[in-house]
Amino acid sequence: MNAEVRSIRTAAESALVEAFAAVGPSLPGGADVTERRAAALREIAERGLPTRRVEDWKYFDLRALMREARPLAAPISDAEIEAARALLPLAGFDAARIVFVNGQFCAALSDFDPLPEGASATWLADALGDDGAALLDRGEAPAGNAAVALNAAFVADGIVLRIAPGVAVARPIHVANVQTGAAHAAFGRVAVTAGEGASATIVESHVGSPEGHQTNTHVAVTLADRADVTLVKLQDEGLGTLHLATLTATLGAGAKLSSLALSAGSAAARQQVYLAFRGDRSTAEIRGAGFAGARRLLDTTLVVEHDALGCASREHFKTALDGEARSVFQGKIVVKPGAQKTDGKMMAQALLLSEGAEADAKPELEIFADDVVCGHGATVGALDDELLFYLKSRGIPQKEAEALMVQAFVGEVIETVEHEALRDALTARSERWLIARD
Amino acid sequence: MLSIKNLHASIEDKPILRGLDLDVKPGEVHAIMGPNGSGKSTLSYVLAGKEDYEVTDGSATLDGEDLFAMEADERAAAGLFLAFQYPLEIPGVATMTFLKAALNAQRRARGEGDLPTPQFMKLVREKADGLGISTDMLKRGLNVGFSGGEKKRNEILQMALLEPKLCVLDETDSGLDIDALKVVSEGVNALRAKNRSFVVITHYQRLLDHIRPDIVHVMAKGRIVRTGGPELAHELEARGYADYVGEAAA
Repeated sequence: MNAEVRSIRTAAESALVEAFAAVGPSLPGGADVTERRAAALREIAERGLPTRRVEDWKYFDLRALMREARPLAAPISDAEIEAARALLPLAGFDAARIVFVNGQFCAALSDFDPLPEGASATWLADALGDDGAALLDRGEAPAGNAAVALNAAFVADGIVLRIAPGVAVARPIHVANVQTGAAHAAFGRVAVTAGEGASATIVESHVGSPEGHQTNTHVAVTLADRADVTLVKLQDEGLGTLHLATLTATLGAGAKLSSLALSAGSAAARQQVYLAFRGDRSTAEIRGAGFAGARRLLDTTLVVEHDALGCASREHFKTALDGEARSVFQGKIVVKPGAQKTDGKMMAQALLLSEGAEADAKPELEIFADDVVCGHGATVGALDDELLFYLKSRGIPQKEAEALMVQAFVGEVIETVEHEALRDALTARSERWLIARD
Repeated sequence: MLSIKNLHASIEDKPILRGLDLDVKPGEVHAIMGPNGSGKSTLSYVLAGKEDYEVTDGSATLDGEDLFAMEADERAAAGLFLAFQYPLEIPGVATMTFLKAALNAQRRARGEGDLPTPQFMKLVREKADGLGISTDMLKRGLNVGFSGGEKKRNEILQMALLEPKLCVLDETDSGLDIDALKVVSEGVNALRAKNRSFVVITHYQRLLDHIRPDIVHVMAKGRIVRTGGPELAHELEARGYADYVGEAAA
């Protein structure tokens, strides 16, 4: 008997299949790309969107969170561009700015020409024609990951950035994503290749109107030997948005990746990080800070794979939760056989500001080498009443005392951003949350 | 200034204060001495508004205002200051940030605007210099990495900055060597004024050599059991608290 595992599709799954049938042929790329997209879509069509019965998605039931699939965004109108202009984040931050509105490049709001010396860019659509389906590879992400597959199937616009070997690009490059207009689905892809000994700072921001948009981005970075890349992300989507984001990173030898993501917005957000050390003596610092109130959900799912000698990884995630908000941290450090002298440390901390808030932490170590130093920790707690009393005894009201302490808590992570204007912008964003607690 | 009448307070249903009366007039310095466990620190916490304690009877007013009707921050804004026996460390909150938040919160509560930052910085520098508190300490996390003496000096800095009407010093001498004790005492003495009062809680007489009280009280078993002049402190130093422990036990 040939048992059908799942024969009934949800409305969202059917809509995705129909949308792909309608737009698939017109998406950029040659025949190999089209086939790759179709294969990615088949993963979703056959298996369905993951539910909490799938271990990896246990705390982020995508099928429940995505009851309907939003229609792909229509070509952007002038009115939408003007609406997007008002939403543009990090205004005071000096950077080469490349703007995508509803997943589509928007020249009117961009300001990057020429790119800083040593950096070059190709639009994704052109690159798909030149380089083919390899651009849609899942990178270090596991096979069958639904967010990665959806992105590969539908992504039409994005940018491929190359940093020339040996060049230190001083001016940051800011890729801003803005969602506006009617609720829609938008996909984006940023591929960054840093040549040998190159260095650069890439900033990624996501903002949008409060409609129930569905965004899905994949940032794929490849660091050649001794490359040094800093990634900073501000996720400040509208509070109705479902945000799926994947960061994949492959590091050569002696390379350094430093990443910080501040999660301030969205109804539900999942940040996936899949990083692998493929060369010896590299380091990676992956940090995150987040805050959520109401019934919002923030998920960080991370796998750091040590597959080379003497690499060091540091993962530090902090969330502050109010209302009935929930945060999830699933982090895993994998040490492959032979990856001796690995030094890996992972820490997830959550601060619960209300009775109804919830934090789930699932740190894991999977070690197949015998000469390593690896550790993980997780803390979940409330603000210390003794400390609050000390602040209040000096005249600081309860809410303000709490804000000071939460700011100190997430500040530990935000303060690692070296670029001052950027750090100030992120700090200001957390201060705003501490007033609104939304 | 401060008027406490028949104060009863307990923690987890265990009575600690049992009918305490105290009346402090403007400009006066009162010392409260007593054996361990007599309720001295409890008195300071109850006045400052720590939530663990329950006031079961009696009243306390500051210039006629009912302290127990106010939150801890409101009491501070009304002019009450408690110098902690063990000042707490708050990593990540810079001392300077904390001082500014406190001063401006109190100004706002009084209907005044925030002090502009340059003026604030100048004010803090002036006060900090007198107490030997460096700029580096002000930049560090609140009390983080401070020695015992530095923490106490930081308490006095806060007091100097916030200019309270009533200062309650809870065992400020504990953990201080003689030099630190002098610096802290001088800091306190500099704040003595005809419209500012002090309640100095201490186990030992030595602090009172530096901060000279007008009135000395002996506290035992949650009440004031004896009141006298400065000579009473010397008598206690000579004879110890044995008489009062006995009385309390009786």
